[in-house]
Amino acid sequence: MDNNRAALNRLPRWFVALLATAPVLFIGVLYAWPVATLMWTTVRRSRSGISPFDHAGRVIWFTMWQAAVSTVLTLVVAIVPTYVLARFRFRGRRLLLAVTTVPFVLPTVVVGAAFIALLPVSWHGTAQAMIVAHVFFNIAVVVRLVGSMIALIPHDLVGAARTLGASPSAAARVIVLPLLRPALWSSGAVIFLFSFTSFGVAKLLGGPAHPTLEVEIVRRATQLGDVRGAATLSLVQLGLLGVVIVWTTRRQRRSAVELHGTAAPRRPRTHRERVMVGAVCAAVAVIVGAPIVALVSRSFDVGGMWSLSAWTKLGNAELRPGAGLGVDPFAAVGTSLRFAAVAAVIATVVGFLAAAAINASRRLGKLLDAGLMLPLGTSAVTIGLGMLITFDTPPFDWRARWWLVPLGHALVAVPFVVRALLSVLRTIPRDLRAAAATLGATPIRAWWEVHARALRRPLLAGAGFSAAISLGEFGATTILTRSGSETLPIAIGRLLGRAGALPRAQAFAMATILLVLATVIVVISGSHERLVSDDA
Amino acid sequence: MLDAVDLVAIFDGHRVLDGVSLHVEDGEILAVLGPSGAGKSTLLRIIAGLLLPDSGTVSLDGTDITHLSAHLRNIGMMFQDEQLFPHLDVAANIEFGPRMHKWPAPDVAARVDELLGIVGLDGFGGRRVDRLSGGEKKRVALARSLAPRPNLLLLDEPLTGLDRELHDRLLMEVGDVLRATSTTAILVTHDRDEATALADRVVQWSDLQRSRE
Repeated sequence: MDNNRAALNRLPRWFVALLATAPVLFIGVLYAWPVATLMWTTVRRSRSGISPFDHAGRVIWFTMWQAAVSTVLTLVVAIVPTYVLARFRFRGRRLLLAVTTVPFVLPTVVVGAAFIALLPVSWHGTAQAMIVAHVFFNIAVVVRLVGSMIALIPHDLVGAARTLGASPSAAARVIVLPLLRPALWSSGAVIFLFSFTSFGVAKLLGGPAHPTLEVEIVRRATQLGDVRGAATLSLVQLGLLGVVIVWTTRRQRRSAVELHGTAAPRRPRTHRERVMVGAVCAAVAVIVGAPIVALVSRSFDVGGMWSLSAWTKLGNAELRPGAGLGVDPFAAVGTSLRFAAVAAVIATVVGFLAAAAINASRRLGKLLDAGLMLPLGTSAVTIGLGMLITFDTPPFDWRARWWLVPLGHALVAVPFVVRALLSVLRTIPRDLRAAAATLGATPIRAWWEVHARALRRPLLAGAGFSAAISLGEFGATTILTRSGSETLPIAIGRLLGRAGALPRAQAFAMATILLVLATVIVVISGSHERLVSDDA
Repeated sequence: MLDAVDLVAIFDGHRVLDGVSLHVEDGEILAVLGPSGAGKSTLLRIIAGLLLPDSGTVSLDGTDITHLSAHLRNIGMMFQDEQLFPHLDVAANIEFGPRMHKWPAPDVAARVDELLGIVGLDGFGGRRVDRLSGGEKKRVALARSLAPRPNLLLLDEPLTGLDRELHDRLLMEVGDVLRATSTTAILVTHDRDEATALADRVVQWSDLQRSRE
């Protein structure tokens, strides 16, 4: 019934098909084909000296347990700040919320560099350095996902438990915790996936002694030339990720409870509550601030001396006559900005077409939606590797083309753009388009006026977020990059790998530049509001 | 016997309670009648121990409990929107109080059966609370708040949001249940008929406030 009625002013089929063409091609050529090639490669290429499973067990085991420890530790560290931010209203709350999301939008290379700057040398190249950075990076996930759940638990529900004889800790254990379980599962799953596929942080902080699967895949593909081994490990990783996603989704569904209330944050009333709010503010400021302050200040520190030389010498690619730096910092900034612009345009256009098509059609929409989410569940290194081994034979030999890298970035960014646009599109009432139709607009015109125009701000936010993702992308870039067109993260990674005080200080200086660029883009485009706003 | 003396509560600079005093005898059902948003819920929350007054005292049988934690008071409360625990079934909601008070398991089970009978929900123990009708939810909320045998039961607009017929029927039943269990209770409501039907004594909200010079 409803279908038939809606069909009257529905968009024409050919138009929806037209919208869907580009996204389908995009995902088919850049994702499905490379993944198929990865599978084919593991089966086919057999003449390689190294067994794909050499050391693999050790690497997989390490990847799993560091991800598990990172996840549990993040949940433990973040739960009290999350609770305070969701429950209490106080001056500076919105600022604090924004501050907690900062680490999450920082490029992984910046996080890695910041912790190298912060942590004592004895921690460099250790698993614990890696785990600490993962916790820093992922606190925002808990603050967002669990916080929005806490905001749904009415104050009186806890009050009811208290009047029935539950002490504050008993009420937290018996009432609040079970209600938060689905949010804890989903945020735990997200953190586990991020830590499991950690590349930038793992490479820079874990060092060669602690390779995660991602690091090992890159090592095999780029250093050992063992493409088959790398492809096999990629598929193993893809499979493990799939298992984790399915398992946690099940757990989450099973523990899901519908909450209908809302609990607006309230002012802290007792002395204890005020102390708790103060302590959380201070702790968050320290946790988020310390690595960033360390990064910036260490860029002025060359061999223990205060010096501007890391910054002043960024212009010349030579350390001293005859000794090259190996990277050109300014060229890297230019390359990064160019790639970011291209990736943002591609991701925004594809994301817009996809979101419009998904919103306009039910069955096709669901399929396209699912397809576009696949890159989210795939590690960046896998995406890069797939593209590398797919586009290496004429007429598709695109390895030397500069646009292959920003295309990879766009692939990583598209799911985020689609999510942002769909969340806005789904709030537009159906009748608005019907109203436009009664006023004489054709279906396509009505769609344009009502839907497409509503997307202006989320499109800008999506473009900004895509640009920020591109600026910081490290995994796929590491595999796809050509010498001469290094991006900032690649240049920083190289400099950090070099001995000497000056290259290190220069790496910190460039990481500072990247930090500023990413932050400025996110703030200007307003995509940070998308991360903070619904708590307003 | 409950005594609230000269309670003051200030939220964001606004005096919600300005010297409220109140006395309830054992076994008495007192109704406080006043318009919505007057601060009646705040008064109940202070008596229950969910809020701390800015000044004034609450005492139960002569003992000052103003600063005693809510869970140590054994003062029950039935909330306007029930606040049933959504992840627990009907029986688990009702047995929550007795379990928190560490009753022996057989006593808990017996109490749940007894209360399901009292509120007319025999056989509902295993139901999910989000599948209950509005009236059934109210009954479960009443049973839950009575389960640990509270010294005093606070009813915060307990029958708001029901259609007239159900409201009137439940009103009779709640009165019967409170009297059958000889529960001391304070009811706050904006509904005069509800107040007179349920309570032994009705006071106006405005009469509780300290006369201001």
